[in-house]
Amino acid sequence: MMSLYDQLPILVITLPLLAAPVVAVLPGRGKLPWLFATIASALTFLIAISLACRVMENGTIPYLLGNWEAPYGIVLSIGPLSVLMAIVISGASLAGLFVSLGGMDKEVPPPHQPLLYACWLLVMAGLIGIVTTGDAFNVFVFMEVSSLASYVMVANGPNRQALPASFKYLVTGTFGATFYLIGVGYLYMMTGTLNMADLSARLADVADTMPVLIAGGFLMLGLGMKGALFPMHAWMPNAYQFAPSPVAAFFAACSTKVPLFVMVRVLYEIVGHHLGSYGELLSGMMMTLSVIAFIVGSLIAIYSEDLKRVLGYSSVAQIGYMVLGICLGTSAGLTAASIHMFNHALMKAALFAAVAAVVVRTGSSKIEDLAGIGKKMPLTMLGFALAGLSLIGVPLTAGFISKWYLIKAILEIGPLGIFLTILILLSSLMAVVYIWKVIEVAYFKPTKIEIPDARTEAPVSILIVLWILVLANFWFGIDPEFVLSLARSEAVDVLGVSK
Amino acid sequence: MNLLGLYNYWVYLFLLLVGMYTVFAKNNYVKRLIGLSIFQSAVFLLFISMDKVAGGTGPIFTGNPVTDAVFANPLPQVLILTAIVVGIAGTALGLAITVRIREEYGSIEESDIRKMDDQS
Repeated sequence: MMSLYDQLPILVITLPLLAAPVVAVLPGRGKLPWLFATIASALTFLIAISLACRVMENGTIPYLLGNWEAPYGIVLSIGPLSVLMAIVISGASLAGLFVSLGGMDKEVPPPHQPLLYACWLLVMAGLIGIVTTGDAFNVFVFMEVSSLASYVMVANGPNRQALPASFKYLVTGTFGATFYLIGVGYLYMMTGTLNMADLSARLADVADTMPVLIAGGFLMLGLGMKGALFPMHAWMPNAYQFAPSPVAAFFAACSTKVPLFVMVRVLYEIVGHHLGSYGELLSGMMMTLSVIAFIVGSLIAIYSEDLKRVLGYSSVAQIGYMVLGICLGTSAGLTAASIHMFNHALMKAALFAAVAAVVVRTGSSKIEDLAGIGKKMPLTMLGFALAGLSLIGVPLTAGFISKWYLIKAILEIGPLGIFLTILILLSSLMAVVYIWKVIEVAYFKPTKIEIPDARTEAPVSILIVLWILVLANFWFGIDPEFVLSLARSEAVDVLGVSK
Repeated sequence: MNLLGLYNYWVYLFLLLVGMYTVFAKNNYVKRLIGLSIFQSAVFLLFISMDKVAGGTGPIFTGNPVTDAVFANPLPQVLILTAIVVGIAGTALGLAITVRIREEYGSIEESDIRKMDDQS
């Protein structure tokens, strides 16, 4: 009766989770563990895609752990946005691992690598767990599994500044998770259940009460800290700058989007409808923060002097776009946010892959050290420039699709929408400035540094990943149907409107 | 509302704020970790307080079928058991990072480390 096919929803979590300890003890100074981690990631990626096909055909997949009926047992509930995120996470992991093949030896000594790859798989298992589970407390546990492993990975950066950066990340991350736990506590007090579907049904009886409002506030605060929403973003640029470059590529693509996914669940499926008059207050506050996030994030990115830091602050801005879409509370807004979560992963993974290639060859990611790098590493920098176009939102790229849907969603809300659209365009112009700043130094400044190695182009594995991601940026910019259909059916699922 | 009856929740609030204050105000990494632990303990207290049923016993299964016994809700206790484990792992990791910081910088005061980073 029970075939392996029926068990895929749980395998997508347990496969990387079980592979992690094996990777930790494998011999081979990093190469064998790398191979094993890559195979585990690739299998997870395939499972995620097969789940996506199933969700597109039959809708949300419920899975009862140990066959205990909900709400007594824990359920996995895999909806359209869950599979989209699972594809992003496992895909980012796979891309990051191929970047590691060429770039890890330079930054992390080989004896440390098996443990690093074990943490890598734990992060992936935790993040996928968060997006697939249907239990509010389970989210907390998976969040901590992935976060604890993330702190270790950041602390392994080549520079000693990685250690304080990791500490800062740990303090903020623990605060975020604990605030989330407080929110879950208040919800449990009011309803006596932790199952998300059950919570939503039972909250209807106690809607519009103070504890539910406080729970909503704590949940949003905790997720905002985890997701690096302005003004709780301070840990993120630091962590990305000092983490090993392949790790930064992996994290930048997925780790801050997963808390935003939980935000979607909380706002739309759990407390959102039960806040009464306070609902607008909460989403209004979040919208204000998100607008400040993309203006301030882009502005700081312009003035940053380290390439990884520029991209980190640019992520702060992009998180702003996503939260804005989520908090609009409309079907179009949620669709736009979901699409942007996917597209942003594509562009940031490509940009960080290019940065990792630069770091492998030059040992630095300071912009002033990159003078003339465009001539030394033409393929890498061309890839960087094209992914940069996607980040800015030039037509025919994935970034354009995100901005197009976001602006369309914003214009629906009336006169305020026009003002917000102007701000988004302004922030996109700032993106032009900070990407151009890098391009200018890379192509139009005379070469200052001598690259000691005779080979100047990046390692082949990084180039392949970089160009696959760049091409994917164009592919999903021209034919976004796959992402769109998943994003739309998520919006239909949680808002109950067909559009 | 009986203010004294909410004694546990006052302690929860107090510990929460003490923990937060310590994390933000202290310069020393170990002290900040202590603050973080206090902050987390406050939340454990919140969960443990909410599962208490007046006049109830501990939720221990004795083997005899019980129908009329009053006992505390075991679920929050189990949740907090998990959260305590997570908290310990976080604290241990934080201390390990502090040890590495001390090895690299020779100090665990944030202001010293900032100064050293600015110079480099």
